[in-house]
Amino acid sequence: MLLSMQGISKAFSGVSALRSASLEIDGGEVMALVGQNGAGKSTLIKILTGAYQRDEGTIIFEGREISFASPAESQASGIATIYQEINLAPQRSVAENIYLSREPRIFGFLDRRAMREGAAAVLKTFNLDIDVDMPVAHFSAATRQMIAIARAVTQKARLVIMDEPTSSLDEKEVGILFETIRTFQKNGVAVLFIGHRLDELYAICDRVTIMRDGQTVAKSPMRDMPKIELVRNMLGKELAAFEGMAREAGSDNTRPVRLSVENAGSGVRVRDVSLTVREGEISGLAGLLGSGRTETARIIFGVDRLEHGLIKVDGKKRTYSEPADAIADGIGLVSEDRKIDGIVPEMSIRENMTLALLPKLKKAGIVDRARQQQIVDRYIKALGVKCASPDQPIKELSGGNQQKVLLARWLCTDPRILIIDEPTRGIDIGAKAEILKLLRRLADDGLSVLMISSELEELLAAADTVTVLSDGRSVATLPKSELSETALMTAMAHQVN
Amino acid sequence: MTVTETPTSAPPRLTPMEWIGRYGTFIAFLALLLFNVVVTPNFLSWQTLNVNLTQVATIVIVATGMTLVIATGGIDLSVGSLMAISGAIAPMIFMGKLFPIDNMALAVALSFIVPIIIVMGFGWFNGFLVTHFSIQPIVATLVLFIAGRGIAQVATNGNLQVFKNDAFQFIGMGRILGIPAQVIIMIVVALAAYCLIRYSVVGRQIIAVGGNEKAARLTGIPVKRVKTFVYVISGALAALAGLIVVARNSSSDANLVGLGMELDAIAAVAVGGTLLTGGRANILGTLLGAFVIQLVRYTLLANGVPDAAALLVKAGLIVVAVFIQQRADKV
Repeated sequence: MLLSMQGISKAFSGVSALRSASLEIDGGEVMALVGQNGAGKSTLIKILTGAYQRDEGTIIFEGREISFASPAESQASGIATIYQEINLAPQRSVAENIYLSREPRIFGFLDRRAMREGAAAVLKTFNLDIDVDMPVAHFSAATRQMIAIARAVTQKARLVIMDEPTSSLDEKEVGILFETIRTFQKNGVAVLFIGHRLDELYAICDRVTIMRDGQTVAKSPMRDMPKIELVRNMLGKELAAFEGMAREAGSDNTRPVRLSVENAGSGVRVRDVSLTVREGEISGLAGLLGSGRTETARIIFGVDRLEHGLIKVDGKKRTYSEPADAIADGIGLVSEDRKIDGIVPEMSIRENMTLALLPKLKKAGIVDRARQQQIVDRYIKALGVKCASPDQPIKELSGGNQQKVLLARWLCTDPRILIIDEPTRGIDIGAKAEILKLLRRLADDGLSVLMISSELEELLAAADTVTVLSDGRSVATLPKSELSETALMTAMAHQVN
Repeated sequence: MTVTETPTSAPPRLTPMEWIGRYGTFIAFLALLLFNVVVTPNFLSWQTLNVNLTQVATIVIVATGMTLVIATGGIDLSVGSLMAISGAIAPMIFMGKLFPIDNMALAVALSFIVPIIIVMGFGWFNGFLVTHFSIQPIVATLVLFIAGRGIAQVATNGNLQVFKNDAFQFIGMGRILGIPAQVIIMIVVALAAYCLIRYSVVGRQIIAVGGNEKAARLTGIPVKRVKTFVYVISGALAALAGLIVVARNSSSDANLVGLGMELDAIAAVAVGGTLLTGGRANILGTLLGAFVIQLVRYTLLANGVPDAAALLVKAGLIVVAVFIQQRADKV
């Protein structure tokens, strides 16, 4: 066995990210590592490469127990990592990048000839015939990835870790990448392949390790693991803590359609998405990580550009070039990552809550303090935000309370359509049910909700209808009557062949 | 995920570092005052107060604009050069070099208005580079930092303009109720900026853009417009400061007006406790920061230390201020 990680645990300021996780890879094997956001994949990788230090557990690599203090150390020992955001110096030449920090030297000077020849030779083994004196920025994403891989080869890596290597590649480029991986296999180099597109995993990987909630939940040869089983293992089957909150009648097809997206596409992440949200309905948007859920929301909201297809609001064609335009039309978006594009950390709860409402709160350019206070007080009370005072900086609140403030940010603008991306991410179970109930109540009052979620029980409990995305395409729309765990998972596992 | 409930009781106590971070500038200011009262002869006089206030006024005016720019996460290096431009244009107008004007009152009015409007155009250009080409603010404003002084020199053919015009020079030499006009302008500008930040919609948007630009855009804030706005304001205030300087000197030298002002302004902002990474705007702090810098210079000069050494002390002050800020933030 090439690598064996056993009983790995890691906690960040008291919150455990890994609980006795394990990973085993044989030489010359392609191992898939899958799991949802927050399952602990990247923490595990970072512990392996020495970017983080483990709290507990053992790592045995090539028969020796190891503990890398830094990524440089693991690299020197034969573990190469190829990140999603390729870590090359874009303005330097291909040869320079391949030999970065290990430049061959003669008498203390760079041996440019050896660099050039070595680089060309190694690229040739991947059937890549390019000018190694050109700057890396000149080449396509796929070629850049090859260059990063070539760099791993010259490092004589025994294990190559690839973090979502296909996310920015087109089909032809994926083919080239797979060729490379097969070359590795032949030479006895192991590959750890982190990815979400099931078809790709089945095409290239020998075995799969599945992680969930910081634990390794399954290991199996790829061919013994049916797709649906793999999805079930990834998503888990936590006991639903929420009673069925959707109306028994389910979606009512007579209600007017408020938002409809028809064959929308943008970039490689969203290829062909169609969905509808009716008045007073919670419409779910499901799919595995990387299936284009968040990107679809961004297109509707005018953050990213719609390249083809169309979006209709109340039956009228709409293209928003800025979120401000979507907001003016009564749309709100509670984004997935509170820290990155939700809260303004230094600002108070009051300011954060009324940010989207500001244009309507002004009298001659001045914020109407009295009305602001009135609105903030009302929503703090209505949503049960626990805080010392509205003037407290939002960064001091817990995740659930921050989420409530962000929800209030949109509710106070009195929207007609609310897009909410992972409404309960990073929130404790009690607050989860509370937020879902709140969404239900709002929908009953006529709000149209598009709820993006990767938690099945959440969709089952709250959604009236669910659209399932796979690889940037909407592959199924399930009405309430057909909603079930199996139906959802079958749809998610579906891949366009 | 653990849920941390914030106590609803008294606000959390400040650590010593946070305390220094919050009140450090004020303490430094008081300490400098006290030191001077004891050491510097004739410090407690109307004369000394006047000298200091008139000298600090232009720094405060420019630093106020700088505070707004820095609050959005930007920086404006061009302010000194923009001062030179407005300082060059104004005398040309009331001396009739650009176009003949018979009515002197109109000429003086135009020599206030026209330079400010022109320089606001340059400020807009800064904002345009930053927002439309995503050029880093430090590089974008470097363009006019270099070119601006050149423009001023070309406009005046590199000549020193000497003049005497009481109406125009009122902003540099005049007094209202015994208070120098420029000091009153300084107070008005700082007060207006304080209100802008605290009470206006644009003010909240400036802070939000600096605090989290992505989130700001997603809440419908016109990020580009807000950023352009702060550069325009910074330009307008720099222009105003340029007018005051030439009025005070009775002459305009494109080589010298506003020279090094960008650094004084940035120093005042930094010492005043506004984060250089954006998301905060402490106008009162900037005012104090400018006072501290002015007072340090005065203290050293009044006690026979040469101006060159004062520069060193100023640099040291900035290092200490930024260090304390970072520490206070980490806790």
